[in-house]
Amino acid sequence: MRQEIIHPGIAESAAKELYGVLSHRSVVGPTNNCPVAQCVAFVRTCLSQSCGKCVPCRVGLKQLYSILDRILNGEGEESDLATIESVAQVMADSSDCAIGFEAGSALLKGLKAFRADFLSHIHEDRCTAKTEPIPCKAGCPAHVDIPGYIALAKEQRYADAVRVIRYDNPFPAACALVCEHPCEFACRRNMVDDPVNIRGIKRRAVDMAGLVLPPSNMPDTGKKIAVIGGGPSGLTCAYFLQLMGHKVTVFEQRKQLGGMMRYGIPRYRLPAKYLDSDINCILSTGVEAKMEVSVKGEEFEQLKKDFDAVYIAIGAHNANPLGIEGQDAIGVMSAVDILRDMGDNIRPDFTGKRVVIVGGGNVAMDCTRTAMRLGAADVKCVYRRRQVDMTALPEEVEGAIAETCEMVTMMTPVRVEKDEEGRVKALIVQPQIPGAYDRGRPKPVKAERPEERIECDVVIAAIGQKVASKPFEEKGIPTKWGNIQTDKGAFIEPGVYAGGDCASGPETVIRAVEAGKTAAANIDEYLGFRHVLPREVDIPAPAPAPMGPCGRVNQSARRALDCKNDFDIMEKNLTLQECTQECSRCLRCDHHGYGAFRGEERKPW
Amino acid sequence: MVNAIIDGRPVSVPEKTSILDAARSVGIIIPTLCYLKDLNPVGACRVCVVEIEGQEKLSAACNTELCEGMVIHTASPKALTARKVNVQLILSQHNVACTSCVRSGNCQLQTVANEMNLIDDPFIKSPLPNKWDRSLPLQRDASKCVQCLRCINVCEKVQSLGVWQLNGTGLRTKIEVRDGKNFKDINCALCGQCITHCPVGALTARDDTNKVLSAIADPDKIVVVQVAPAVRAAFGDAVGIAPELATEGRMVSAIRRLGVNYVFDTNFSADLTIMEEGSELVERIKEGKSGPMFTSCCPGWVRFLKHEYPQYVGNLSTAKSPQQMFGAVVKSYYAQLLGVNSEKLFCVSVMPCSAKKYECDVAALNAGEAKDVDVVITTRELGRMLRSVDVSILPEEDFDQPLGISTGAGVIFGATGGVMEAALRSAYFLITGKNPDADAFSEVRGLKGWKEAVFTIGEIKLKVAIASGLANARALVEAIDRGEAQYDFVEVMACPGGCAGGGGQPISEGCELAGERGERLYTLDKRNALRFSHENPAVQALYRDFMGAPLSEKAHHLLHTNQNDWAL
Repeated sequence: MRQEIIHPGIAESAAKELYGVLSHRSVVGPTNNCPVAQCVAFVRTCLSQSCGKCVPCRVGLKQLYSILDRILNGEGEESDLATIESVAQVMADSSDCAIGFEAGSALLKGLKAFRADFLSHIHEDRCTAKTEPIPCKAGCPAHVDIPGYIALAKEQRYADAVRVIRYDNPFPAACALVCEHPCEFACRRNMVDDPVNIRGIKRRAVDMAGLVLPPSNMPDTGKKIAVIGGGPSGLTCAYFLQLMGHKVTVFEQRKQLGGMMRYGIPRYRLPAKYLDSDINCILSTGVEAKMEVSVKGEEFEQLKKDFDAVYIAIGAHNANPLGIEGQDAIGVMSAVDILRDMGDNIRPDFTGKRVVIVGGGNVAMDCTRTAMRLGAADVKCVYRRRQVDMTALPEEVEGAIAETCEMVTMMTPVRVEKDEEGRVKALIVQPQIPGAYDRGRPKPVKAERPEERIECDVVIAAIGQKVASKPFEEKGIPTKWGNIQTDKGAFIEPGVYAGGDCASGPETVIRAVEAGKTAAANIDEYLGFRHVLPREVDIPAPAPAPMGPCGRVNQSARRALDCKNDFDIMEKNLTLQECTQECSRCLRCDHHGYGAFRGEERKPW
Repeated sequence: MVNAIIDGRPVSVPEKTSILDAARSVGIIIPTLCYLKDLNPVGACRVCVVEIEGQEKLSAACNTELCEGMVIHTASPKALTARKVNVQLILSQHNVACTSCVRSGNCQLQTVANEMNLIDDPFIKSPLPNKWDRSLPLQRDASKCVQCLRCINVCEKVQSLGVWQLNGTGLRTKIEVRDGKNFKDINCALCGQCITHCPVGALTARDDTNKVLSAIADPDKIVVVQVAPAVRAAFGDAVGIAPELATEGRMVSAIRRLGVNYVFDTNFSADLTIMEEGSELVERIKEGKSGPMFTSCCPGWVRFLKHEYPQYVGNLSTAKSPQQMFGAVVKSYYAQLLGVNSEKLFCVSVMPCSAKKYECDVAALNAGEAKDVDVVITTRELGRMLRSVDVSILPEEDFDQPLGISTGAGVIFGATGGVMEAALRSAYFLITGKNPDADAFSEVRGLKGWKEAVFTIGEIKLKVAIASGLANARALVEAIDRGEAQYDFVEVMACPGGCAGGGGQPISEGCELAGERGERLYTLDKRNALRFSHENPAVQALYRDFMGAPLSEKAHHLLHTNQNDWAL
């Protein structure tokens, strides 16, 4: 035979499957992030891919493996690090193909980042990495007991499920709809098939639970705390401190509480009744909210005097301008302004207009889809990178496309063209090409192609927000690029704490909750207490064995063309059948694996 | 109730019962290795795996709840194979040195492996090296550790200390001293609870039997033995005979046969402790001193307090422990009685405790330059020294005189609440001049971790508390610290159930025997004609002929310590 048609045999498909399993496992990451062990595993994997032709790859990897393994056995020496570095450098520099040079450069990066751990292994024969027995819980910034509430949802004990969530996060309803669910990225189920639909289960629990009252407050401590800003971070902090027996007053600049959850996230994603149910629960603990009070420098000074502690949680509400010629044209707006107005039900009329949104984040998608719902004739989203590089959730991007919005990618806005009356006439964009990688994604580079002209009536800038921190800065609060600077404990100075978007820059709801919770614990401690909120719900035991490979159920949604004209919620709830199956897919890492080391997994915080 | 079928037999058990317990309820024993009831249902060893019909994967019987309608096979080919291979894998990481291991014959791994008839050994052996400092009272041999995680859980949950920790990843996962610290720098109480809960010979108390044998062999030494109260309660377990046969008399007889010169009783110095500590308490109350007085006879507790709550060290009684008082009396009073230089006397104590091995080395607890107690061996070591002796046929003999005379108040020191009860009996006498009914204070008995009682003695209302187990002790001290609890006198023993459940006692897999052993001590108390420490004639003679009165200058020098003067 001179040639043959090759059909993959059993061995080929098994090998493919093995690598598939390996890549699934890599997504989850190890329980114990020992960097040295990871390097050893990485080198071993690379070695198994080496064709064996070239010296640096074939022998170099083997030598690296021996040295790394020796370090892992506690028999390494400090000089080994220099040897590893030089071999990895030579591999990166002199390997003939990517199998070798990519392995070398990846290892060089690892060596640099993990140096402290390497030294710990060498000098003390111990790893500095912490064991995380429950991946989802470790992945959740608020460390919600996810297997616990999934077990409860499975038994249809929805109110208890809500209680378990609230123990760590007072926004179960809001998070049931808009959380970016970092828990699911960590889910060990990734090793079997796909992550459990954790957010979907939470949504069903919240929808079915009915009214769930908060636990009663601990005895009154007589301490008063001021929280500046009634967004997710401020309200979380207020909720927990109030439960601990302190008296909390929230100062909110706008007409309603909720922060960016109300004035940033559109109602079709987070209907007001969900947000209100969380906020009402928080207020029912006795948290006092003073509305439409703007706290600036002088007021801040006064709060410091009047209260035992102050938590600054003012969010990041200042829009970044487009920064291009013609940005003063009538019809150029900021995403922040539009979404803020929408929060108070003030709707701009886009009927028949051609709208262009600039940006690729979630705020850009929120504006894109909102513009469509406001009656725009044509909505385009202009982004200077590729669609995959958008920081918006992929389902948001896909949703926008399904609603007939257009993604115009690899285009950088250069100027706004005005008509004689100063109105927006068109957005001029410069095509780009994806260039060399910079921090994980290709940098856009000017394409050798002419500018293009996108005719439109409205241009909305959704290119990031800044913190309105000036008034606080003037009163001695440290800032960097406008973000308020705190230590890891949200601490600034005795009695003054800050967290959420105003300290981190624009982030997710759950990260704001994390900051609020952290601040609450540390403020309690600062005031001389160590209140520990009791866990009140008993978690059902898991089934003897977890379910085998099974497809993940995603929430269904109303059809895109049906919902592009209204602000009603798009996403449907899981049915009992769907929810039960999803709950059964949970591997119960709180019980199996290291999670069975009981007591650890449900320690009060 | 939940109904299921295990190995063809119908089972009906309450909800939330594990498969392991459900099987036991119908006489089916599933082998276990890492499992420890209530403390360690971690399912790490995978020895107890069973097959559940309709389920592809095996389940650990120890931490899987029995569900309605389950059909379970505990010894199906699949389960047996898994069990066998898992034990072989464990053995490949275990330094199998049964012939020279102190746990041989009492090792759960040995038992499980033997029961499985493992005759082939297919794996390459790679146990971890043993790098432990052999001079420490607590010994950890990493080469024998099977990583059952029991020690971590016992120390964390029962003793609230968390000395042990898991570190590393994969095969390199190993148990280490918390945060990789040096063992000497950690807050270990040396209670030995990790030792008595270790299924294998990885955790042990330092073996000091050779030091005893050398002293016996030395013609210039007069070897004097003291035996702690709780030792006799577990003597049968130590030498492998029934408790009815393991009498005090046979214990004395057996120890004498080792070739020692005198066999005395720590109960004597327990009575002496009551005289000193009781007088201290009465004096404290009369002076109206605030805050509780803590007992000081448990070295694990003293270490705990010094490490964790140094601000309360001043509340410890200044009285030394019965062991150290005994040594001080032997090297002074008894040397004088014998008319020999105290250097000729070699004092051995047999203790239910691993911390006593450390206590005898503390300079501040020794009256002079030389050690008052030369060597401490545990009940287990005594058992090992008597392995070739058939104790059951030995005649019953009495303790030697005069330091072998004791009262029922002395013997109950070995049970939680015993020191308190003995002290109250004599405090009553000291305050009112009359003896109470000997059982008047029996309210303080029992295994509850934190007990409290109020007694009115004469004009004085005395509020007392007793804690055993250091997690309970911590809760008690914290409550005192927060002002939520106020007591006059507090007894604390580091081990749950007191010395009867001590870290030096014989080990019985899966059984907590402190209660049973404590009961034996209360029986001995009841049987004793003397039930008040102040009526011990030998103690009375000691004061009359040598020590003067309780809290005299001589007593202070020999029998007390300034707790604040020494650090760990």
